[in-house]
Amino acid sequence: MARSSVTTHPLSRRQLLKGGAALGIGSAAALGLRPAWANPWGQTNVYSKGVEEGPEVSLAIRRESILIDGKEARPISINGTSPGPMIRLKEGQNAVLKVTNLLDEPTSIHWHGLILPPEMDGVPGVSFPGIAPGETFTYRFPVHQNGTYWYHSHSGLQEQLGHAGPLIIDAAEREPFRYDRENVLLLTDWTYEDPMSVFRNLKTAEGYYNFQERTIADYFADVREKGFAATAEMRGMWAKMRMSSRDIADVTGSTYTYLLNGQSPEENWTALFKAGERVRLRVINGSAMSYFDVRIPGLKMTVVAADGQPVQPVPVDEFRIGVAETYDVLVTPEDDTAYTIFAEAMDRSGYARATLAPREGMAAEIPERRQIADRGMEAMGAHGMGGMDHSGMGGSDMQGMDHSNMQGMDHSDMNGSDMEGMDHANMRGMSGEQNRMNANGMLAAGAAQPGSRYNQAGIGIDSDARRVLVYRDLKAFTPWPDRREPQRELELHLTGNMERYMWSFDGKKFSEVTGPIHFEKDERLRLILINDTMMEHPVHLHGMWMELENGQGELIPRKHTLNVKPGERVSALITADAEGSWAFHCHLLYHMDAGMFRVVKVS
Amino acid sequence: MNNRIPLTAAGVLLATATLSVAQAQDGYDAPEGWPAPMAEHNMAMALFDRLEYAAPDKGHEELVWDFQAWFGGDVNRVYLKSEGENVQGDGEDAEFESLELLYSRLIADFWELQGGVGYQGGVFSDDHAERGYGVIGLQGVMPYGIETDVALQVSDEGDVSASFEGEYDLRLTQRLYLQPRTEIAVAASEVEEFGVGEGLNSVRVGMRLGYEVTRRFAPYVGTYWEKQYGDTADIARHHGDPTEDTGVVAGARLMF
Repeated sequence: MARSSVTTHPLSRRQLLKGGAALGIGSAAALGLRPAWANPWGQTNVYSKGVEEGPEVSLAIRRESILIDGKEARPISINGTSPGPMIRLKEGQNAVLKVTNLLDEPTSIHWHGLILPPEMDGVPGVSFPGIAPGETFTYRFPVHQNGTYWYHSHSGLQEQLGHAGPLIIDAAEREPFRYDRENVLLLTDWTYEDPMSVFRNLKTAEGYYNFQERTIADYFADVREKGFAATAEMRGMWAKMRMSSRDIADVTGSTYTYLLNGQSPEENWTALFKAGERVRLRVINGSAMSYFDVRIPGLKMTVVAADGQPVQPVPVDEFRIGVAETYDVLVTPEDDTAYTIFAEAMDRSGYARATLAPREGMAAEIPERRQIADRGMEAMGAHGMGGMDHSGMGGSDMQGMDHSNMQGMDHSDMNGSDMEGMDHANMRGMSGEQNRMNANGMLAAGAAQPGSRYNQAGIGIDSDARRVLVYRDLKAFTPWPDRREPQRELELHLTGNMERYMWSFDGKKFSEVTGPIHFEKDERLRLILINDTMMEHPVHLHGMWMELENGQGELIPRKHTLNVKPGERVSALITADAEGSWAFHCHLLYHMDAGMFRVVKVS
Repeated sequence: MNNRIPLTAAGVLLATATLSVAQAQDGYDAPEGWPAPMAEHNMAMALFDRLEYAAPDKGHEELVWDFQAWFGGDVNRVYLKSEGENVQGDGEDAEFESLELLYSRLIADFWELQGGVGYQGGVFSDDHAERGYGVIGLQGVMPYGIETDVALQVSDEGDVSASFEGEYDLRLTQRLYLQPRTEIAVAASEVEEFGVGEGLNSVRVGMRLGYEVTRRFAPYVGTYWEKQYGDTADIARHHGDPTEDTGVVAGARLMF
């Protein structure tokens, strides 16, 4: 029904949305409209006129009743849709984005991944005071970049209510790849629960949403497979730490319906193609809490951009997308058949799904779901292990470690502090050459930190089964402008207390810190993130790029959000050229709200 | 002994908790009047860990509760805890074995140090002997996931006693769990009025099989064994009560 209304009102749709926004009345959703970017023919089709085209865009934020997965829901809508419409800007434009708050609480929009003046960044309390109910705030900024981005609320837990949408910026010059058609794939996680009660459940009852915990049956299965001694030892370690090796996602498919372009797996959103066309899929993870593993069985995907920035093409079968990350992939379906776009939640508790098909109404097989994985030793890598007795780790624990992989590593290049808490099992692929030091006695720019695992996709993904994207694969086309060696290193530990659901940097929640993190204006800085927790954290810096030192030397990629795996040590180079105050946080919504948030001040 | 002490203490404790919440958000230097980018939330929760009907072999049937509720932030909280029972058919009202108001502070990842005041006696009546006491305790999770609550009590008469409670959830399926639990009570001095002897008072061991219909509602059935020792057993014998008993229970764990 939604489709037919789009097709029957191709011209009036956009005017309608704009009119509705300006007047603060009417609801496009009530008329059964969907965001235009979710139209099956994509941008290259005439039916895509409903996209909010820049440079001037008006957005009205409301709370309204909309059906989600066929059920009554009350999301936050933007111009009548939830998730919101695609905003399309062009590199070189001066964007004017008028946001009208028709909620009964303050709101905001943050333009995720955009380099812009600090007062336009949209973080209440850091960039501006927020948008009060009934008010309109006009964001104005020059657009200096292109690629796939997104926007979302930075107020409270509003993002969980669907207050998010794609933000696409067309390049002023030709991009380093060609395509015939494009589609946006926005992944979100929807819950019919009140986000505050989700937060309360996380805070008051550990493991509330985890219905994939280990049971006694798993224990016996492990005994059969690995033997009693190894099982008892591994389980003993986890039990001693009072943690669950199945804690892969805090909020799971037990409450979430995973959506792709706002549609549930059953609703099966469909993107159309003509056989032989090269299709660009702009994949955005706009979820509050969910990492996804994305694949299209039967099609090779070529990753051409990460976080909006072009990378040298990487052909893959599957890629993991952390919360807030974006990847652009090209696919060329040759056959006149349907393909399933399958985005499985990292904890395997559910999936989002869409179909790539030559005609409407087609569907391909849905791949078999994988089982949840148990976290193993790697999660304990750099983990502080909170008072755990290391001496209790007998020799047999170490047997899994391949010492031979460490050959060729020049130990003399590492200072003592780097060795602490380092996961020796993860040194594979670290070559002495990349490990050389610069004049300041630090690792050379672009070198992978000891303790990084850029050659691993992460928990529960079998890179033997198929070719999976890893951070190590990401390689820029040309070196980014600032080629200075880092002048300073700043180490931050990602910390938490799962039992209490407290999350923090360096053991201090935002409410406990006494001041911002200071970046010296124009300094070249190395930010080192050490994950002391047992969970992945997508760490997002506003206002400046982070050049991920994944060992690609001067061709390291730049990103706005870095996934840091449990126990991992990750580093990025930053050019602190953006004077002002910026938010810096874990992009898991409830981690951020629980205190994993800092303000960075560049001055 | 009256209830005024716990009530006064409640006010003091709440004030303490509120103070810790009102701390300035100092993580940045935003202009006056801007909201904090991240707000601290106070939480509250209430849990009937056990709300059950117990049918012992020898003693009287009784309705038993083990309740706790808290309000506060991540570090500072106020707890209200109560255990008690209503013995069926004895013509007496329900009795608080304990009713405690505690200030609680997170002192390690898995441990809270708690202190406050308590009351033992009738719920709404003078059917039972009454006393007030001060309590200091440690609540948390031991390695291997054993939920623990140890407490030391000093009564208004200066009598000292201590208690230990431990329980563990063994997951049989995602919803079915087996929960062994134990309670041990010791005392430094005899208080005959409350059936307390010197030394080890009693040991109670139980096993419950529960099913989580939801995370908030888990009905269970179970069995227990309890034994009184030394002077405590003598006092029980003197009153004609059994010193060792077993029984079955049926009830529910409820979380709000």
